[in-house]
Amino acid sequence: MLMIICNVFIGWKWRLTSKLSRGEDLMDRTMKNKTAILLFLLPACILFIGIIVVPIIMSAYYSLLDWDGITASTFVGFKNYAEIFTKKSIGFPGAVKNAFLLAGLSVFIQLPISLGLALTLAKGVKGEKLYTAIFFIPVIISTTVIGQLWLKIYNPNYGIVNMALRAVGLDSWAATWLGDEKTALFAVFIPILWQYVGYHMLLMYTGIKSQPEELREAAMIDGANDWQIARYLTIPLLKPVLQVCAIFAITGSLKAFDLIYVLTNGGPAHASEVPATIMIKQLFGRNNYGVGSAIAVFIVFICFFFAILIKKAFRTEVDK
Amino acid sequence: MSRLHGIKGFRGTGKITFGGAVTTVILVLWSVVQIFPLYWMLTFSLKENSEIFGSNVIGLPHNWIWSNYTTALQSGNMFRYLLNSAIVTGATIAITVVAATAATYALTRMVWRGRKTVNSLFMLGITIPINAVILPVFLILSKLHITNYWALIIPYSAFALSMAILISASFMQGIPKELEEAACLDGCNIYGIFWRIILPLMRPALATLSIFIFLQAWNELMYAVIFISDSKYRTITVGIQNLSGSFTTDWGPIGAALVVATFPVLLIYAFFSSKIQESLVAGAIKG
Repeated sequence: MLMIICNVFIGWKWRLTSKLSRGEDLMDRTMKNKTAILLFLLPACILFIGIIVVPIIMSAYYSLLDWDGITASTFVGFKNYAEIFTKKSIGFPGAVKNAFLLAGLSVFIQLPISLGLALTLAKGVKGEKLYTAIFFIPVIISTTVIGQLWLKIYNPNYGIVNMALRAVGLDSWAATWLGDEKTALFAVFIPILWQYVGYHMLLMYTGIKSQPEELREAAMIDGANDWQIARYLTIPLLKPVLQVCAIFAITGSLKAFDLIYVLTNGGPAHASEVPATIMIKQLFGRNNYGVGSAIAVFIVFICFFFAILIKKAFRTEVDK
Repeated sequence: MSRLHGIKGFRGTGKITFGGAVTTVILVLWSVVQIFPLYWMLTFSLKENSEIFGSNVIGLPHNWIWSNYTTALQSGNMFRYLLNSAIVTGATIAITVVAATAATYALTRMVWRGRKTVNSLFMLGITIPINAVILPVFLILSKLHITNYWALIIPYSAFALSMAILISASFMQGIPKELEEAACLDGCNIYGIFWRIILPLMRPALATLSIFIFLQAWNELMYAVIFISDSKYRTITVGIQNLSGSFTTDWGPIGAALVVATFPVLLIYAFFSSKIQESLVAGAIKG
């Protein structure tokens, strides 16, 4: 025993060369300590089960009830799910359409912008670090602040959008961006897309930077230009990151809430409604717990569905 | 170092090429797109309405109206909300870091049946959107009569947990087992090993973790709006929402409140920008 302790004093590196079976036993026993395992897992498990697992099951169950939270509930099966898609006054299909539109815009406008910026920066531009830092600033700022700020930007009288239009003589283009059914939806989407360009840019930039530089150098020696290198080398190698970005962009759009809540809360006349805003209104505005929970379950389901779908799509792409 | 150093050097020796100029123009333009709204916010927080509304829309203020800030802090009660946000965020970070690192240790280092399954269950939590369980969580917390800070701290911690475990696991795997073996032979028990060996070695990861949790908790809005009815416990995001409702025509104080709410985040960003970027990327790529 004394010897063992002495050895430890000499240093743990020594143990790499000489293995002591008694030490191994002790280590084994320590690592199988049941009480310790339980204690280490306990706080995480309590939180996880109490706030995530149980509530999800409860949500699924509530979605099958007709319940206002006060009077007794009645079991109605899948009626709530049928209702959200058929009952006009809820406005759910329109909200889903808006969410898909947002998802489409983020995949086909936001991600290409991010990719372009990432490719440009990763080539090694002067002030690379500064640009990444600047592009990333909107990502870390609270969506509430961003929302309040864009409320001012869109202000019909004094917002900078209309001010700028008037300054260049386009008075007729000035609009009540957030108050008009025709413009509200896109006016809400622009800050959402604007805020997270930097996030996707950073993911892609980090991905490109982790690719071996030699490949691009070799291609350059062989006379490939920037576009060819990006098209045939960098982007194909970036597929795993692009997959993550696509999943984030799409699931993020499907569960979007904060900015829309601050800017329009779904209005005017449901023009900018998304599933989450309807869910909150049903749950806490009308105490329509059954319908609200059905929408919650729908959001979880559709996020899972698209995450899996994108993974599949990228997998077959790789197999080709 | 690399074969191409010569060519690269040639490309970058100050010769202004057409492509290079276009690149710079694009990058600068996009920087303006990303920064200009924030610059505008900063300037109008220091202006009076007459300047914001016409005489000086985008320039620096002619009269610097610092009183906008005192108005926001006093009548907007911003101090209180900042403090509340700090309490909620701080407690969320503390709880999540302890719970996540301890669980990660049991999940990655200790030996027991079913740990793979438990681990993948935790990982499933990453894909669950926080707003999908808002009603049951609301009902559970109100049944337990939790209406103060804890009504936010508990759900924020639970929802930061999966990602926190993911980040700490990827870091813990890099710690050599020999250290623990040596400590073990030295007579250290399992708690000692975790507390004195693992946690100190995890320090860089703890910073990454804390920043990740900070951004989530500090900026959260949906739960903060719905769970907190007593204005005593209101967080900064909700405070701003209310303030802008009561100062609809006076833009300066609203701008000031927005700057005040953003300032702590930007301050942290100024010091840890690479850490922050790293933490948000780490979460995503491994997820």
